[in-house]
Amino acid sequence: MLRVIVRRLLQLVVTLIALSALIFIWLRNLPGGPVEALLGERATPERRVLLTKALGYDQPILVQYGKFMQRVVTGDFGNSIRTGDPVTEVISRAFPATIELALAAMIIAVGLGVPLGYLAARWRGRSLDNLTIAGTLLGISIPIFFLGYLLKDVFTQNIHWFPPSGRLTTGLDNTHVTGFFVLDGLLTREFDASADALWHLILPAITLATIPLAVIVRITRASVLDVLNEDYVRTAEAKGLRHRTIRGRHILRNALLPVVTTIGLQTGALLSGAVLTEKVYNWGGLGTLITDSITGGRDYPVLQAIILLAALVFVVVNLLVDLSYAFIDPRVRVR
Amino acid sequence: MQARRLKTAMAIAAVAALAVGAAGCAKSERDGDSGEAKTGGTFIFAGAGDPKNFDPIFNDDGESFRPVRQMFDTLVSHKPGTAELQGGLAESWEHDPEGKVWTFKLRQGVKFHDGTPFDAAAVCFNFDRWYNMKGAAAQSQMIYYMDVFGGFANNESPDAGKPVYNKCEAKDGGTAVVTLNQYKGAFPGAFALTSLSIASPEALKKYDANTVKQNGDSFEYSAFATTNPVGTGPFTFGGWDKAKNEITLNRNPDYWGDKAKVDKVIIKIIKDESTRKQELRAGTVQGIDFPAPADRKALEGEGFQVINRPAFNVLYLGLNQKNPKLKDLRVRQAIAYALNRQQLVQTKGPGGAKVADEFMPDTVLGYAPDVQKYEYNPDKAKQLLKDAGAEGLTLNFYYPPDVSRPYMPNPQEIFTVLANDLQAVGIKVNGVPRPWNGGFKDDVQQFGKQDLHILGWTGDYNDPGNFVGTFFGRAKVEFGDQSMTEMFEAITKADATVDDAGKKAAWEQVNRDIAAKWLPAVPLWHAPPAIVVTKDVKGMVASPLTDERFNTVSVGK
Amino acid sequence: MSDPITQAGAPTPRSGNDKPGSGDDKPRPGMSERSIGVLGDRKKARLDELARASASDRGGVSLVRDAVRRLRRNPVAIVGASIVGLFILVAIFAPLIAPHDPVQRFDELTKNLTVDSIPGATAGHPFGSDPLGRDFLSRMIYGARQTLFVGVLATLIGLSLGVLIGAIAGAFGGWVDVVLMRLTDVMLALPSLLLAITLVAMASRSSQWTVIFAVAIVSVPIFARLLRGSMLAQRESDHVLAARALGVKERNIVLRHMLPNSLTAVIVQATLTFAVAILDAAALSFLGLGDPDINRAEWGLMLGVDGQRYFEVRPELAYYPALAIIVVALGFTLLGEAMREAIDPKNRR
Repeated sequence: MLRVIVRRLLQLVVTLIALSALIFIWLRNLPGGPVEALLGERATPERRVLLTKALGYDQPILVQYGKFMQRVVTGDFGNSIRTGDPVTEVISRAFPATIELALAAMIIAVGLGVPLGYLAARWRGRSLDNLTIAGTLLGISIPIFFLGYLLKDVFTQNIHWFPPSGRLTTGLDNTHVTGFFVLDGLLTREFDASADALWHLILPAITLATIPLAVIVRITRASVLDVLNEDYVRTAEAKGLRHRTIRGRHILRNALLPVVTTIGLQTGALLSGAVLTEKVYNWGGLGTLITDSITGGRDYPVLQAIILLAALVFVVVNLLVDLSYAFIDPRVRVR
Repeated sequence: MQARRLKTAMAIAAVAALAVGAAGCAKSERDGDSGEAKTGGTFIFAGAGDPKNFDPIFNDDGESFRPVRQMFDTLVSHKPGTAELQGGLAESWEHDPEGKVWTFKLRQGVKFHDGTPFDAAAVCFNFDRWYNMKGAAAQSQMIYYMDVFGGFANNESPDAGKPVYNKCEAKDGGTAVVTLNQYKGAFPGAFALTSLSIASPEALKKYDANTVKQNGDSFEYSAFATTNPVGTGPFTFGGWDKAKNEITLNRNPDYWGDKAKVDKVIIKIIKDESTRKQELRAGTVQGIDFPAPADRKALEGEGFQVINRPAFNVLYLGLNQKNPKLKDLRVRQAIAYALNRQQLVQTKGPGGAKVADEFMPDTVLGYAPDVQKYEYNPDKAKQLLKDAGAEGLTLNFYYPPDVSRPYMPNPQEIFTVLANDLQAVGIKVNGVPRPWNGGFKDDVQQFGKQDLHILGWTGDYNDPGNFVGTFFGRAKVEFGDQSMTEMFEAITKADATVDDAGKKAAWEQVNRDIAAKWLPAVPLWHAPPAIVVTKDVKGMVASPLTDERFNTVSVGK
Repeated sequence: MSDPITQAGAPTPRSGNDKPGSGDDKPRPGMSERSIGVLGDRKKARLDELARASASDRGGVSLVRDAVRRLRRNPVAIVGASIVGLFILVAIFAPLIAPHDPVQRFDELTKNLTVDSIPGATAGHPFGSDPLGRDFLSRMIYGARQTLFVGVLATLIGLSLGVLIGAIAGAFGGWVDVVLMRLTDVMLALPSLLLAITLVAMASRSSQWTVIFAVAIVSVPIFARLLRGSMLAQRESDHVLAARALGVKERNIVLRHMLPNSLTAVIVQATLTFAVAILDAAALSFLGLGDPDINRAEWGLMLGVDGQRYFEVRPELAYYPALAIIVVALGFTLLGEAMREAIDPKNRR
């Protein structure tokens, strides 16, 4: 087992190095880039030469890559070209914003999705069920950014219930501790900041929640339907147990297992949706960071770091999958 | 489902409201600035992008200049709302007949934010700092300095020119004399460039301002540029909260000029133009920059003040004479006649846009009222093409689909309209979209791959050289021809003319010849960018140079 | 070579599943797999189920006939099929239906057109003007064509690459299978839009093709996984065993027997993929990473660019393309889901 892990870890390192080299060289061979972005309309041939030299792009690409790796080993991913901030700082600032949004969306999706799915299954074929199914279908067919636009238009421009964008009312001073604004407010006892952050969170979270909500409703419904047909439920009913007991002890508990798995698996969908939601609501998270780094002049250091980070996550997750296979399936335990 | 969501949302909102109320009782640990109700209040203005940093000399874009302009002053400044010059930190200035020795009489009793005095020594310290800047990283970021002064004491780039700057002497505390190696038309306008603002020498030294570290792919700026900018302006630096995208500036109670009416200015960075508008409506910001042209009328209807900046820019269609067909003046003229610019301005121009006949706005010295105009005339265009034997011409038209510039709010649409006009006279247009920072400018300005392209410019100071000279003052790949020496010479000569009358005449002739004889590009429009503020904001003066200073702004209740 | 990972991940036919009728009351066959891994299992499990369903050893023809019979009784399928059919008809006959050329600018429209007011319905132009003085109705109609083009091409490219990878993995097995499936697992785990964005960022220039390609790549692992599962399930099935016993060459078994049998599942998945493809294309346009040529009337592009920019001036510019996209995406989803249900052996009588 240990040997497997060590071998896998070595593979991981090799994969990451190869991947980083590929990304590095690829990005630098694209047309345009930071020099173009920094100079704007004021580019003259002399300025291009000077800036290219100053940024070190005139050196052979392998030398550039070597220097990059040297720094990466010490945990230094360089600075953002756009803002001059260390990349690690830029990412760690955006990360909590996205997680906060994703968590809130998940809470809405689960909190609404499981009961709805359960009710739909209980009253299978009735109007509630049909309505729910129609709703979920609609939920996955609406372009999420369009939904965001509509919600924003209605609830911030026509009825002024929610703020149109951002994470906190401008000018409201809050102390950053964790970067999760709702939590920060609680920790520092700046409850007004917490409430304000929550107020800003609602609309984006609802927007982002639609797709996971639709999926969770459907899974819950299907899963509850499966369980309802199980022998033990029928037995329980035959035994004359009270409905509430059956519901709580047997149906929900058993039906929730696949739902819980699904929730974990919606993370990917959430991140995809976050890119769009963040753009609609000017939410300073990873999604905004990624699109800005691409459209705002190929911020090489930030892009490299994000892609590498993503790659790292996936390689590690992959490793975990392998290991979990090994753990769960005894047939593959020893190799 | 919608109803259910609404209910949930309302419930949460109610909880939130309660919590806000409760917070009144809760003890906050942050330093309280809430209770002290000063007369001024806070002015929150939404900008459109991140500043790079706050050291004026290392910046060249409007978003960085916005906060810098509140914290720093220049020797010469602009009359609010115009591009005309007036005294700034220098009350008056004069130059010798050759335009090489500039004497500035400085304002007395001015202090930097750190309490150190502003005097001639401080002025010279700044000039010498720029001139003696070391390192490729630092020099490459001094775009405006290079524009104006050409080179450094020690050029890091072998291609950089001979420096225009020679020396600066503090004759006495209140008189600074700047000596140049040669005169340029840019002076004295260039002394009003925000990039050439005067900073506190003490702070520059203390916070190590000259160090620009190259860290791998990018630059790391000093503490002066990021956290401790110190100037003489109406506001002092409060901080930049990057998680919230807010820059806070505090009123400088010791400002030498009109002291700020508000206590605090917050610049909120909102990149999306439609979100800026929505925040304005929601009342969370009191002003926004660059509203979408499509929204201006609606905002005006809702009672907001839409203030147009006098147009100080130009959009043009570049014609690349590397293509032998385009080397023929008749073909270039045919293209000019083929374009229905009046319709372009009417259908796609932001409010207040005007058809451009020259490459500079009419407020700039040397604008000629009598240049050859190319009124829309497709028949004449066809005839000219026929005469030139250029029927069935196919041209590659480069445009950036992904960007919005003040002079070019929507390149995709502008391209589509122009291409349509050209096709109507029988020119086949092959549209080539290239991302603004992903190849467009490189392809157009560095490699010259295009036949046609759209691009423009916003002026920096009131000088024809800043417009026409920038475009056509020397051989550029963008327009393809290295041999238009007649044009280059005429412009160089006009730029070197010191006396105003001669300067005016020379530039007027240049403009006439550009339109009739050279036509290296077709000017399309001048489009005024706008600022929008709420009804109760007073004293916001929009500047053609986007040189807005917020000390005159007040927020009434 | 019996790699443990292949075994664990492979949908080896289970007794309960192969006998019609007995699978109904047992916990669903996907369950055991779903609980194995951490990632992508739900997706995988569904794909494997779908794969098994189509690969059932009753042979392709009767299965299809069976499915079609059930589809015709299913109102959901009928609604879905009607929407899809209508959409395709409009797309094909757009030049006949549309009153005008979609890229022509009309004087009567540009006359009243400014950047902050776009003319609504006028004589001859029932939907009014688009932001450039073109006939909006004609653009909406031609939009069906471009949208179909983008969706079909993206789906076809994704399908072809996915089927190729899946078929190779399924046919060869062994380390080829391990490597290819590892690749698809990683791709499946990536958030799809992020993958598409990254691809657009890595492209040297943006065009309609970068969009199509980026959207297509996202669906590759789905098809690959699906086809491989289906092939593996068939390896042990009666007709393949029989063919092998008769001495039919392995290559022919794959090409003549296994691939055609997997096709139903692939078609079902393609139907579902189409809906995702047009939604993703619209999302890319919204992010400013879509097709840069606004002459092209494609719904996602119209919604993501004009719809966003002129939302307040003329909201129809957003509403109509959005509605079209929603309805068409819904149509394909309904049809796809109904088809999936129809070929599911659990529902067979």
